[in-house]
Parts: sequence; C-alpha cells; structure tokens
Amino acid sequence: MKIVELTNVSRWYGNVVAINNVTMTLGSGVTGLLGPNGAGKTTLLHMMSGFLAPSQGELLVGGEPAWRNPGIYRHLGLVSEREAVHGFLTAWEFVLASAKLHRLPQPERAARRAIALVEMADAQDRRIETFSKGMRQRTRVAAALVHDPEILLLDEPFNGMDPRQRLHMMELLHQMGGSGRTVLFSSHILEEVEEVSGTVQVIVAGRLAASGDYRTIRRLMTHRPHVFAIRSTDDRRLAVALMHEDSVNGLDIDQGGLTVRAGDYGAFTRALPKIALREGLRVRQLIPSDESLESVFSYLITA
Amino acid sequence: MNLTIAGITARGLFGRRRFLLLFPLPLLLLVLTLAAKGANVDPVHWAPSVIDGMGFAVMVPVMALIVGTGVLGSEIDDGTVVHILAKPLPRHEIIVAKLVVAAGITAVSSAVPMFIAGVLVDSVRFGIALAVACLVAALGYSGVFLAMSLLTRRPVLVGLLYVLIWEALLGNVLSGTRVLSIHQYALSVTHAIAPNDLVKAHVGLPAALAMSAVFLIGGTLLAIDRLRSFSVAGETS
Repeated sequence: MKIVELTNVSRWYGNVVAINNVTMTLGSGVTGLLGPNGAGKTTLLHMMSGFLAPSQGELLVGGEPAWRNPGIYRHLGLVSEREAVHGFLTAWEFVLASAKLHRLPQPERAARRAIALVEMADAQDRRIETFSKGMRQRTRVAAALVHDPEILLLDEPFNGMDPRQRLHMMELLHQMGGSGRTVLFSSHILEEVEEVSGTVQVIVAGRLAASGDYRTIRRLMTHRPHVFAIRSTDDRRLAVALMHEDSVNGLDIDQGGLTVRAGDYGAFTRALPKIALREGLRVRQLIPSDESLESVFSYLITA
Repeated sequence: MNLTIAGITARGLFGRRRFLLLFPLPLLLLVLTLAAKGANVDPVHWAPSVIDGMGFAVMVPVMALIVGTGVLGSEIDDGTVVHILAKPLPRHEIIVAKLVVAAGITAVSSAVPMFIAGVLVDSVRFGIALAVACLVAALGYSGVFLAMSLLTRRPVLVGLLYVLIWEALLGNVLSGTRVLSIHQYALSVTHAIAPNDLVKAHVGLPAALAMSAVFLIGGTLLAIDRLRSFSVAGETS
C-alpha cells in the first residue's frame, strides 16, 4: 500500500501563508479533502502531486519526496482542477499517449481499459475539443487511471458531470478505495463528500481543522450539543423524564416529536433506552440530526 | 527521443493559429528576391539587405521565436503541460523532444526559402551555405527561446527584445555585442561555406560554432533544470 505523508508542511507566498503546519497521513480508502473556497485545498494537492515545493516540512508520496521527483508518477494519478487538455487529440489518442508516456508494456490494452472504466468508449474517436465539460473530465480521469495507480489525487473531480456520470464516478472511487488504493479528492460540495467517503480532511484557512471519520469528529465536539430527533408512543412523558437526565441540555416538543440537545453523546444514548423502559414507552424513532457532514463542517469553520 | 511527446508537440504547433505566422515572412523574402532579380540589378546592391537584413535579421529569429516559444510556452499558458509532466519521465527527455521539434520546424521553414533565395541570388553553393546557416541559427535560437519559456511568463516579449534590441540595434552600434549574437553566427557560417561579398562575417567561424553550441547546450540545460522545478500557480479554491 502506498501512502501520502505530510509532516509539518507549510507553504507561503511572500507574507501570505497558504498552508500552515499541516501533518496528515493518507492511507488506503477514499478520503475527502474539504474546505471553504481559498482554504488551501488546491495548494495542498499541488504539493502532494509534486507541482509545488513545500516552503517547510516534509511531504512523501510512497516514501519518496514528491518535489522534483517524477518517479512518484509511476504510482500516482492526478486529475488537476484546470480542465485544459490537448483538445486536438481524440480521447483515444490522449489516453493512449498517457499510457505510452508511462511506458506501459501494453499501452493499447491499458488505454482501452481506462476508457471503458469511465464509459467513454462510444466517444473515444472524437476530438476532445468537441466534448462537454463532463466528457472532458472523464477523459482526464481515464488518462490518470491508465497506469492503474495506487494513489489517485483528484481536484474537484465531479465538476461538470451530470448526475448519472457523478454517480458512476462515485462508484469508481468507491471501488478504487475498496481495493486498497489511496484516493484523495477535494470538493466544496458536502453531499458529494458525504456520499463517497466517511473519512475527511478538513482544511480551514490553511490549517488542518479536523481529520478522520466525520461522524467520529462530530462526537468529539463535546462543546456542541448533539441534536436528536425522537418520536415515541408518548413524547410529552418522555420529555418530562428526559429533563431529569444530566446529559440533556434542553429539548423542544412539537407535533413532529421531540428535539433533544444532549451535551454528552454516550451518556444520553445509554440513558435513553433505560428511561423508555422505566416509563413503559416505546421509542419509534431516534435520529442524530446534526451528524451530517454539513453540520460538522459548519461547526468546524465557525469554531 | 520521446516520439509521443514530439508528436503531440508537433500536432499542437500545427493546430494553433500562430503557425500561420510562419508563412508571410518566407513569402516576403522570396517575393523581394524575385522582384530584385527581375529588375536586373547587380545582387551586390540589394542581396545583403534581403539575405541579411530581411532573412537572417528578421525571418529566421522571428520564426524561431514563434516556434520555440510555442512548443512549450503555449502548453504552460493553457495548463496542458501538466498532463505531460505528471508522467514518470526524466525532464531532459521532454525538453529534448520539444527542442528537436522546435529546431526542426524552424530549420525547415527558414532554410527552404533561404536556399531558394541563395540560388536565385548567386549559386547553389550560396543557397546551401544559407540553408546550413539557418540550421545552425535554428538550433541556437531554439535552445534560447525554449529556456525563455520556462524563465519568464512573457517569453515572446523577452525574445523580441533580444532579437530587436540586442542583435539588430546594439549589434550594429557596439561591435562587442556581436559575440553574443546568433544572427552573427549564421553570417559566419554562410561566409565560411560560400565566401563572397554578399554576406559579411564579423565573428570567426570557430567562435561562431562554439558560441552556437553554448547557446544550444546552455539553453537546453537551463530549460531542463527549470522544468524539474516547474510549479503550478498556487491558486486555491
């Protein structure tokens, strides 16, 4: 397994610090790189892909320095944010050229496989300049996958794709992550990250704000009450009983049921079944309503 | 040489509109030559202006500039260079492929009209001398302009400054600047192969050849080193 390791990596432009002392390790599986616009995601990806030198710190790809080391591209595939491609080439020529530049033993076979992976076989003989944005993007992904890399870095890979293509790309990333490859993709669309990966690296103002499974990250934010939507056979009686519980900070009740704000996630989820049993109530629904990536992300960037 | 890169580079060059700029100057050179020849005037009175003043001073460097900055500079401008750089290729392989395409296209597109002009003006020998000089100049200019694509964001402007200010202006006023003028090396090569009064050499042939090699090899090594440290602009999103 090839991993990407950043140790105290910083990057600055004059007086502006774009990336500030980031340490992270990316292993097998799919990881989402999240951050608001201008947070430094692209700068980070450029450094990981060897297109930008860290001003400070160490950045290793598969155990080798990424900067000034073309050898890393033997096991790294890159889909950059800029959409520029050699538009005068057909998709087939473009992907085949990539296979040849990787010196693959059977370039035609590799190109055919990569084009099939992104479902571009029907349009492979058309010049890329005639493609839609989504088709161009898929062609670039095919070129990045042609050597079956162990590490895949994608900057906003779903840009311009229609919903069906987007689903297909998500499936592809899932498969790659599932087969032990290291996949990192950046996105500012939270739903995309949520659907593709539970593991995130959140960059805010050049710093690594959080790292890991976003549901776990949420649970570690003890200063933020956890919000649960609950429905039971008698919401009012349950509300009265819950008010005696130390882990409950507050609650609302309306026709839709109970909304409980719990200060301690573990204590509340352990106490609730006991309270329901004691009161002779049946809990019909218990949904952690702020465990979505969107909630976690908004908590992180406003922290 | 990496044929895949050379092929993509050549197709990219022929596919861009700037390639059309390669035609007017050779055409103008041939039209001027034919017009002067048709007027039955002694070539001594007009050939230096056409061959040197138009051919070597303008046509060859401008063509080299268009091609030399086009083979890599255009890919850097539009970002397509990332697709080539994100491959496990030694950077010298990329630069050599680009250099061969640049020098080859410049040499052919300038040597052919110069050969024809040389034959019309004087003799086949003079035509061959001009063609060989074009080849030497194409190699020197290509090395310089390829390196400029990686040293500056405005390689065409810097290249024009070199050609117009250094070679054309200072070269006529300060004789010392001729030692660093590819234009002058081309004249030396021409004069060495076909000595006549139509072209005057100000730099000795050994120095001209050695300096041409310095421009070619120096530019190539510089370009390789700069490409190794090529950074993508760090825009963030």
